[in-house]
Amino acid sequence: MTTEQSKARSAARNGDGAVLAAPSRAQRARSRSRAQLAAWGFIAPVVVYLGLFYAYPLYRNVDLSIRSYTLASFITGDAPFAGFSNYVNVIESSTFAPALINTTIFVFASIAFQFAIGLALAVFFFRSFRLSGVLRALFLVPWLLPLLVSASTWSWMLDSDSGVVNSFLQAFGIGQIDWLTSPRWSLVAVLIANIWIGIPFNLVIMYSGLQSISAEVFEAAAIDGANGWQRFWRITFPLLRPVSAITLLLGFVYTLKVFDIIWIMTRGGPGTASTTLAIWSYQLGFGSLLPDFSSAAAVGNLLIIIAVIFSLVYIRARRRLELT
Amino acid sequence: MNRRSWWLTALGVLFTAVMLFPVYWMINVSLTKTSNMRKSPPNLIPVDATLSGYAVVIHQQLPYLGTSLLIGLGTVALTLVLAAPAGYSLAKLRPRGGGALSFVLLIAQMIPAIVMAMGFYTIYIKLGLLNTVWGLILADSTIAVPFGVLIFAAFMARIPDELLQAARIDGAGTFRTFASIVVPVSRNAIVTVSLFAFLWAWSDFLFANTLDGGGSLQPITLGIYAYIGNNNQQWNAIMATAVVASVPAAVLLVIAQRYVAAGVTAGAVKD
Repeated sequence: MTTEQSKARSAARNGDGAVLAAPSRAQRARSRSRAQLAAWGFIAPVVVYLGLFYAYPLYRNVDLSIRSYTLASFITGDAPFAGFSNYVNVIESSTFAPALINTTIFVFASIAFQFAIGLALAVFFFRSFRLSGVLRALFLVPWLLPLLVSASTWSWMLDSDSGVVNSFLQAFGIGQIDWLTSPRWSLVAVLIANIWIGIPFNLVIMYSGLQSISAEVFEAAAIDGANGWQRFWRITFPLLRPVSAITLLLGFVYTLKVFDIIWIMTRGGPGTASTTLAIWSYQLGFGSLLPDFSSAAAVGNLLIIIAVIFSLVYIRARRRLELT
Repeated sequence: MNRRSWWLTALGVLFTAVMLFPVYWMINVSLTKTSNMRKSPPNLIPVDATLSGYAVVIHQQLPYLGTSLLIGLGTVALTLVLAAPAGYSLAKLRPRGGGALSFVLLIAQMIPAIVMAMGFYTIYIKLGLLNTVWGLILADSTIAVPFGVLIFAAFMARIPDELLQAARIDGAGTFRTFASIVVPVSRNAIVTVSLFAFLWAWSDFLFANTLDGGGSLQPITLGIYAYIGNNNQQWNAIMATAVVASVPAAVLLVIAQRYVAAGVTAGAVKD
């Protein structure tokens, strides 16, 4: 595909030269700068848009975090400079440690299960059998549902008294579990829902990763007498490493942002049992009648910093991988 | 079909059934009578079904659904207008700094929505955009625009250069080429981006709750949220609303299957 394209491109270029003869250098420079102008004309709206609707809100957010804002400050526009004191307050707060620990557990447990289940299902569906395409398509449903819908469905399924999950467990003699209201289980409850939502995404990407591995590799391995298990661990899995890496990074970034599920199911509670950094930020900014926007913005910015650090680690690790 | 692949199909059906059980349960509960809601064990199939939940949806949730539709369509329009030209430029016109822009678009998707919501809130409160549909359309578009540009760029990179060259030789300028060649050929990309932009705007809860919490026109996610928040015990009505709110997802699944899979330039260049 790519070689064909470049062939076509060079053919077109040759044809071009033959038709137009050789234009002078000045002419060429002028047409090139005109082409640049057109190219920029097409992306200018998005650049302006990014400035207005990404960069400026972000700047506002940083500004919020280094001043002490109250609701009145928005009207008067008057908020005293506070430096890093908001960040210090946030880190010294008694909610910081549980929120950080919950975020870490939530993110890593979600990714581990989503990825493992997604990969296993991708390998399963990669074997051709009747209905495999239709069933794979149906697997997308949880990913496409509005998060609010999934979260409220899981809330009701995990209800202590009337939830279907508890009545299923009861059939096996397991007593009532207070999924959403006990500090021991609430983080597990939101994890279950979030893993369920993330499986389709991992399945789709890992499936496309499998498709990009040439069939000859598998055939050669089969001829050499490798069994299914060996083929997976010695061939499939190593070859999927680049796809796996990007899937895990995307999973990390998405999971760090998760808000809807936890907010609908537990509101971060009971206490701080399922409070993550994203939930805490929302609670501070919008969760009460006395909003603390400055602290909320500080927590939000910490989230961004964590995401950026992980992405940089990922990029470095990939570069090292490419070098070896 | 040999016996072995028959077993695989059976296993696949089982996996799918387990995965989709919550969706089935949502539908089942939406049809359950309030008096049967606390029954233990619950009815696994909707015997004694009722449509009263759906009647409540029709009576109370139609304005919310209409608002969501409006917000979804507005977001789609804004996203397409911004993303399609930019994607074309990145794919074919080689703008200086194009690589940097692609990188920024990737990074932009990492910013947590709660951070964006706070930024928008402080801006909207000044501009008077709080609790308006337009403000919500603008905010929702930030979920879709970076994705849209990258998708358009990826799809349009596959348009054969001969096609654009031919238009240029026929005397079409860059804009003309874009409007009359690139856009029609990119139908699949347009459908894909539109469907996702619509779905994300339709599903958004965080922006709606922070920027439109006191609005007179509210989307369906806030409609459901109000039900749950009121400590409402009418779970059949809540789940019926959830089922109705899931319709766009179902439509997307059916349509996108067809469009995404189809090759971008299929039928455009016959050689």
